[in-house]
Amino acid sequence: MRITLKLFATLGDLLPEGAKANTLEVEVPEGATPHQVIDQFQVPRAMAHLVLLNGVYVDVADRDKPIIHPGDAIAIWPPVAGG
Amino acid sequence: MAWANKVLRVNLTEGTVSDEPLNMEWAQQYLGQRGLASKYLFEEIDPRCDALGADNKLILTTGPLTGTMASTGGRYSVVCKSPLTGAIACSNSGGYIGAEMKNAGWDMVIVEGKSPKPVYLYIHNDDAQLLDASAIWGKSVWDADRILHQTHQDPLIRISLVGRSAEQGCLYAAVINDLHRAAGRSGVGTVMASKNLKALVCRGTKGVGNVKDPLRFMQATEDGKRVLRENAVTGQGLPQYGTQVLMNVINEAGAMPTRNMRETQFEGAHNISGEAMHEPRKSDGQPNLTTNAACFACTIACGRISTIDKEHYTIQNKPEYWGNSGGLEYEAAWALGSDTGVDDLDALTYANFVCNEDGYDPISFGATVAAAMELYDLGVITQEHTGGIDFKFGSAEALTQAAELVATGEGFGKDLGLGSKRLCEKYGRPELSMTVKGQEFPAYDPRGIQGMGLAYATANRGACHLRGYTVASEILGIPEKTDPLSTEGKPELVKAFQDATAAFDSSGLCIFTSFAWTLDDVAPQLDAACEGEWTTEKLLEVGERVWNLERQFNLVAGLTSKDDTLPKRLLEEGANAGPAKGKVNELGKMLPEYYTVRGWDQDGVPTAETRQRLGLA
Repeated sequence: MRITLKLFATLGDLLPEGAKANTLEVEVPEGATPHQVIDQFQVPRAMAHLVLLNGVYVDVADRDKPIIHPGDAIAIWPPVAGG
Repeated sequence: MAWANKVLRVNLTEGTVSDEPLNMEWAQQYLGQRGLASKYLFEEIDPRCDALGADNKLILTTGPLTGTMASTGGRYSVVCKSPLTGAIACSNSGGYIGAEMKNAGWDMVIVEGKSPKPVYLYIHNDDAQLLDASAIWGKSVWDADRILHQTHQDPLIRISLVGRSAEQGCLYAAVINDLHRAAGRSGVGTVMASKNLKALVCRGTKGVGNVKDPLRFMQATEDGKRVLRENAVTGQGLPQYGTQVLMNVINEAGAMPTRNMRETQFEGAHNISGEAMHEPRKSDGQPNLTTNAACFACTIACGRISTIDKEHYTIQNKPEYWGNSGGLEYEAAWALGSDTGVDDLDALTYANFVCNEDGYDPISFGATVAAAMELYDLGVITQEHTGGIDFKFGSAEALTQAAELVATGEGFGKDLGLGSKRLCEKYGRPELSMTVKGQEFPAYDPRGIQGMGLAYATANRGACHLRGYTVASEILGIPEKTDPLSTEGKPELVKAFQDATAAFDSSGLCIFTSFAWTLDDVAPQLDAACEGEWTTEKLLEVGERVWNLERQFNLVAGLTSKDDTLPKRLLEEGANAGPAKGKVNELGKMLPEYYTVRGWDQDGVPTAETRQRLGLA
C-alpha cells in the first residue's frame, strides 16, 4: 500500500531520493506496523522518538500493531524540543 | 554565596546612583532574578501605578548562577509593571550582558523615577554613572550600540538598549542586548524608554566569587554539563536545528496557529522550518542558516545566525543587512510567518532583523500584523488606514513594510505598535484579538494542545509559552507523554510546569536546560554555590512562592479571574484541520480544578492558608 513518509530533523538524510519538503510517498506492505516502516527505511528505533500517524502520537506500545492504512501519513522525529 | 550581595539603585529623577546590600532574607525565599526582583517590585511600587509613569520601576536582574561556570549561566531578566498588560512583566534574555553585570559585582540594578533628558547608565565594576544619551537617542539599537562602542573605546563592553520603537511608544518594545538577544515580551523596553533611559553599558572584570563550595560546585556543574551533552535534545537536536525544529512538529500535530488563528495548519510551514533553514536557496545556492551560536557559558548553543540572500527584495539596496545576524527562532518564525500566512523565509528573517535592530517583540508584532490582516480581509480597515499597503494575508511585502513602520512609529506603524488588543478595539472588533491579558499568543494553538490553553489563561504575564511549557509533555514527550487532546490531569501538569519554571527563571540558568535537567540536576549546583540549603523541594517551594507573589501583584493591580480566559475563537470555534479538527479549548473544565490545585478560591485568589504556607501572608 502507498503511504506518505515524513522524516524530519537529523532523520531527513534517511529519506529515499526524490523526497521534497522532507516528504515522500512510499510503498509499504499491507498491514504494516509503524515499527516495520521504521525498520524498512533504516531509521534506528531509538531515534524514532516522536512518531505521528496522521498527526496523532503513536505510543511505543502501539508500534507493533497494524494501525497504518493506505493513504496515511507517518511522520517521525528524533528527540527534539524548542520553544 | 554566588550572589554578589550588592544592588545598584539608580534614581533617574534625581540623577543619582547608590549601592546597597542585597536583601539576603528575601534571597533565601525568592532565590534571585525573576523571583527576587518580583519581590522587590511588589514591595517597592504600587501595582496600580501607571506603567509608563515615573512611579513604575525597572529592575535588571541576574540570578545567583549568572556569570558562573554553570552551563547556560548567563541569563538576566528585566522586571517591571507591563504597559501592554497592566500585569507584572518579567522578560528573560541570554547573551552576555547578565554575566557582565555579575562580573562587575552587581546582582541587580533598580531603576526608579524618570530622567528629565535622555541618559544611559555606564557601569565599570564598582563605578556607575549616568551619562548624556543625546547622541544615541533617536538611533536604532544597532546604530547606538556601534556609537557606544566607539565612544567608550572598549570592544569588551556589553550593552542593553532600547530602539526607536520603544522611544515611539510601541507597547511591545523589547530591551535588546548583544545586538540580537532580547528581553522581548510585555513591553519592558517601552518602560525603559519612558524613563528616558536609552542603554545600560557594562564592563565587569571582577569575576564571580563567593561560591560556597568551589570544588563541589565544579563537580556539580560538570555533572550537569554531562547530562546536557548526552541528552539527544540538548546535545544534538537544539544545536543542529534550534527551536525551529518545532515548525513541522507543531504543524503536523495540527496546533499551528495560522492566519490570526483562523486555521490550525499552515501549508507553507516547511518553507519556513528549521529544516528549510539548512537547505540551499534556489537563488544563490546558500542556506539561510549560517551557523549556530551560544550565549555565555552555554553548552547547548541553540541560537541561529542567518544570512539573507543579497538579491532578496528586502535588502537588494541595503548592504547594511548583507552580513549575518540573529536568525529565526521558532516563536518569531511562527508569528512572522504562519500567523500572517507568509512563507518567504528570507522575508521573515529580514523582519526579524528589523525587530532586533529597533527593539521590539516579533511575537507580538507578528500577531498584531495578523490581526490587522484579518481586519483588512474583512474590510474593516482599508488601504486608507494602512497607508496604501495591500495588507492581505500572505503578503511578504506587507509584513516587511509593517516591520519598518513599527521600527520608527511612522504611519500605520503607530497603530501596529498598539498591539493586537488595542488595535482590534480601536477598529471595533475586539474579538479578533488573539491575546490573554492583552498579550499576544505564542506558537501553539490550544485547541490542539489543551494544557496550553490553561497555561496561557493563567500565565501571570499574559499569553506566554515560557511560564508553563506543557508542550514538552503533551507533544514532545518530555519528561512523559500526555494526550494533547485530553484535559485530564492538565491542571496538575500546568501547575508543576509553572512552579518549576519559576525556579529555573530565578536561578540564572536557561529554561532550555529543562529539556534534559529536572530540578534534581539544578539543586546540587545551587547548593554548592549558594548560602543556605538548596534542595529540589525547596526550589519547588520557591517556584510556587514566586507564582503566588506574581498573582498577588496582578490582583492588586486590578486583574481578576475574569482575565484568566481565552479569546472566544479558541473557546467556541472548532479547529479547522488536523487531529483536533472540530475541537475547542475546554478551559472551563480545567480552570476551577486549577484554582483548587493551586490552593486558591474559585475567584482565583490565594487562600489565607496558601499565603501563610508560602510566607506571603
